[in-house]
Amino acid sequence: MTASLALGPTLYEETVPGGGHTSFVLKRGQQLRITDIEGGANVSLLLLNAMEKSERLNLPDSLKCQHTAKLTAGHCLYSDMGRVLAAITKDTCGWHDSFGGVLNADEVKEKYGAGRYQELRNGYFRNGVDNLLVEMGKWDLGLADLLMCLNLFSKVTVDSDGCFHFQPDNSRAGDHIELYAPMDTLVVLTALQHPMDPNPAYAPKPVQLTWQQVRSDGITLLCRTSRPENGRGFHNTERLYI
Amino acid sequence: MNLTHSEKHSEAAVYRAVIAAGEPFMTEVKAGQTLRLLDLEGNQAVDTLFYSASNPRERYDVQRTLRRQNRVYLSAGSVLYSNLGNPMLTITADTCGRHDTLGGACAQESNTVRYALDTRYMHSCRDNFLRASLHDGRLSKRDISANINFFMNVPVTPEGGLTFEDGISAAGKYVELKAHMDIIVLISNCPQLNNPCNAYNPTPAQVLVWD
Repeated sequence: MTASLALGPTLYEETVPGGGHTSFVLKRGQQLRITDIEGGANVSLLLLNAMEKSERLNLPDSLKCQHTAKLTAGHCLYSDMGRVLAAITKDTCGWHDSFGGVLNADEVKEKYGAGRYQELRNGYFRNGVDNLLVEMGKWDLGLADLLMCLNLFSKVTVDSDGCFHFQPDNSRAGDHIELYAPMDTLVVLTALQHPMDPNPAYAPKPVQLTWQQVRSDGITLLCRTSRPENGRGFHNTERLYI
Repeated sequence: MNLTHSEKHSEAAVYRAVIAAGEPFMTEVKAGQTLRLLDLEGNQAVDTLFYSASNPRERYDVQRTLRRQNRVYLSAGSVLYSNLGNPMLTITADTCGRHDTLGGACAQESNTVRYALDTRYMHSCRDNFLRASLHDGRLSKRDISANINFFMNVPVTPEGGLTFEDGISAAGKYVELKAHMDIIVLISNCPQLNNPCNAYNPTPAQVLVWD
C-alpha cells in the first residue's frame, strides 16, 4: 500500500553499515525512509518522544490497538501515552517483526563465536543490546529504557501451537519502509541480524537512511483512516501541539 | 494445553494475600521460594511485572523470554528471562495452560485509542503500576515495561493477526513460579471495564508464597 502524495526533496542520506548504530530526532512532519540495500537486512528500532523521553515505543499497545502481530503500511507505532511516534506510510516488504528483540553479548558469542576487536577491528561482533544502550546513553537514557524493539525487514510467524518460525527472504535488495513522524521522535536503531536468523555466520547487512520533508500532512491519510483507533491516536498526538 | 498441577498445600504457605478487584499489589519473593497466583472467580487478568530485588533495573524481558523458548505463549516449563539475560523465574505449575505476554497493560492513554476518547478518566493497570511503584520508591515510570497477563488468552494467527479470545481460565485456576533470584513482584489486578475478556467484571485474585 502506498500513500500517494508528493514529497519534498530529499533532505539528507546516509548509509548505516552492517553492525552500525545511530540515533537522531526525526522532526514533526519529516519522513524517514529505511532501505535494505543488499537484501536480508534487519534493523532493530526504538522510538521515543524527543521532548519527554520517558514516553517510549510501546509495542504491546501498538499491536493490541490495531489487532495485529505484524506491522506494515497503514499501521502506527504508538507510545505508552497513546500517541503516534511514527506512522508506516509505505512498506514494500509487508511484515516487520515484534517478537525477536535483540541479542546481548553472551548470546552473540554463543551463536557466532568470538569476534574480537583485536583481530577484526571494526568488523568485530557487535550485539543489539550494547548497540542500542550506547546510542541511548548519548541521550542520557539507560537500561530502564531498553524496551521491546521492532525488527524491521524481518518476518517471524507463529504456528497453531504457538511456535515461532523465522521466514527467510522477507526483504530483498531495494525493499524499504517509510516512517512519518507526527511528533518530534527520537529514533534509535542498529543494523544487525535478526536473533532468529538461522545463518550461523555473523554477517549484518547495511541499510540506507533517507530524510524527506513532507509537504502535506495528507501523507498520513492511509494510517489515520486505516482503523478508527488510529484516528484517535492522531488526535492524541495533535493535542501535544495545541 | 499443557496443564501441570502442584503438590503444594495452601495451609503450608508462608505468605498469603488477596488482591481486591482493580487494585495494585507489590510483594517480594526470595530465591528458591514459589509464588502462586490464583484466579479466584475466573477470567481475571493479573497483569504482572518482575524485577530483581538487588538491582531493580534488571527486569522481566518479554522478547528474550519468547525467543529462548521459541514460543509465543507462557505455560508450565517456561523460563522467564531478564533484560540482562538471567533466568528470573520458572513456571512450575499451571492449571490454566496459556498466559499472554504480548498484550501489555491497559492505560488511560491506550484506552482512549482502543475504545473511545471519553474512556480517559477510567481506572487502568498502568495507573496501578505507577501507584505501587511510586509508593515503594524503587521503581518509576521508566521501569514499567511489557508485562505478563496471567490467565489471559491472546492467540496469534499464522497470518499475523492478534485476537482476543474468551478466557480459558476459571475460578480456582492457578499458576506457580519458582524464583531463581530475589524478586520484586508488581501486580495490577486489572480494572478494565471495556473488554469482554473478563465479562466486564473485574474480580479478586489471591497470592500465596511457599518456602
